[in-house]
Amino acid sequence: MLQNVIIGQYYPASSPLHRMDSRSKLIAAFFYLFIVFLANSWVTYGLLVAFTAVTITLSKVPLRFLYKGLKPILILVVFTMLLHVFLTKEGELLYKAGFLEIYEGGIIQGVFIAMRLLLLVLMTSLLTLTTTPIDITDGLEHLLGPLKKWKLPVHEFALMMSISLRFIPTLLQETEKIMKAQMARGADFTSGPIKERAKAFVPLLVPLFVSSFKRAEELALAMEARGYRGGEGRTRLRALEWHKRDTFALLLLLLLTASLLLLRS
Amino acid sequence: MQGTPFERRALHDITLDIGDGTFLALIGHTGSGKSTLIQHFNGLLKPSDGSIKMGSTELKAGGKKQDLKPLRKKAGIVFQYPEHQLFEETVEKDIMFGPRNFGVSEEEAKKTASKVIEMVGLPQSVLTKSPFDLSGGQMRRVAIAGVLAMNPEVLILDEPTAGLDPSGRVEIMELFYNLHEKNKLTTILVTHSMEDASKYADEIAVMHKGELYLHGKPSDIFNQRELLNQAGLDVPETVQFLNKWNEVSGQNLSLSSFTIEELAKLVSLSLKKRGN
Repeated sequence: MLQNVIIGQYYPASSPLHRMDSRSKLIAAFFYLFIVFLANSWVTYGLLVAFTAVTITLSKVPLRFLYKGLKPILILVVFTMLLHVFLTKEGELLYKAGFLEIYEGGIIQGVFIAMRLLLLVLMTSLLTLTTTPIDITDGLEHLLGPLKKWKLPVHEFALMMSISLRFIPTLLQETEKIMKAQMARGADFTSGPIKERAKAFVPLLVPLFVSSFKRAEELALAMEARGYRGGEGRTRLRALEWHKRDTFALLLLLLLTASLLLLRS
Repeated sequence: MQGTPFERRALHDITLDIGDGTFLALIGHTGSGKSTLIQHFNGLLKPSDGSIKMGSTELKAGGKKQDLKPLRKKAGIVFQYPEHQLFEETVEKDIMFGPRNFGVSEEEAKKTASKVIEMVGLPQSVLTKSPFDLSGGQMRRVAIAGVLAMNPEVLILDEPTAGLDPSGRVEIMELFYNLHEKNKLTTILVTHSMEDASKYADEIAVMHKGELYLHGKPSDIFNQRELLNQAGLDVPETVQFLNKWNEVSGQNLSLSSFTIEELAKLVSLSLKKRGN
């Protein structure tokens, strides 16, 4: 289950989408979250689906890979769709059995909502699939830069994010290691009543906390020893570069927005 | 994970028979599959092909789910850096964790705790302390005590002396060796150190790239320096020295226990003989 969730996973490839600046991708994805809600008819949804399909093709991420990541969310999509199908009472009555009534409007509404959810998840997954976590945090730091004027610790925030991303695999490894050590001492994490099972996790969580705190302290020390003083006057090894294609992509998105506004009913 | 791009063959074609009461040293380069192999011995990992037999328990590939507790009690594993597994409020409770899991009564477990803490060379007063107030070396000993408290018949040690100072190393290894002799345990020691292997082991198994590369008595293994070098290993320093010695002096001395003391005796004897 865990290895199927692709939100936050990077798919290494060389595509126009991979080469885009992380800032333009972040802006685009964020913008997209809003314009999805503009669609309210077949034409506008069709436009969005076409746009998303083109983006996916451009990204060179295999469909199989995307589908695998979508699987856990599909249940939610189907559930929302069914809710709308059964609860919207608009248009012609198509089917009636006891208290179950399905209207034409319900079906349309259900399909729209399902599409909306799928499009949202697909686009945000594409962002993380085509951008390395480090690029995302760099981009975020840049974009949030203006907030520094109001004394918001933007650099520290970005650093926190990249550190936590960096240590997720380490933490998983550590969990497995300690789990095995406790299992070798007869601990049982997989069976028994819920209360017992919750208790069984204490021997796992305590060592994990202890080592995480220790690691955090060591990391802070190591950073200070190498003269880290926060973001003030810090230069970058990998500078972000804004290309023509980034401007072009954003213009394209504006065009899409304009057409959506014109075509929506 | 079979059938995914992440599939990787960790172990392959290993037939290893470890007799009762053997002290086996498992040697190999980093990533040669030593740790993976020992995790099969108590069912932490299950084979995707083949089988493992430990006493009367057999783990088969694709076999039914079985209760692994008896197996885990029988084979105690001291993992690398075992001090990371400590979690209880007091040392005593932590040591009792293993026995309690295997259904030993609280009283009995307490008795065991006070017994094993002596065995690992710590005073009784440590029992009431928090494990996190101890020094690294002491924590290591407490963690080892926690495994010994399970009273295993087979003791599996995954680089138990990694990160210890030299005197701590010798003490811990002596402790395991004495235990092995006294309680007639079967001991499997995973190590990088040819010196430790030569000093304590009855048998040596060399792993290389997930396969069993060499297996035999230490004297046999150390005769195959070429092969060892190919696996990224070398014979112990004592053997290296003696080989050179034999080469230069034209003698044909051989060691039986590979300790520095024995080597020194042997060499000084031969020097004396020459002097006469």
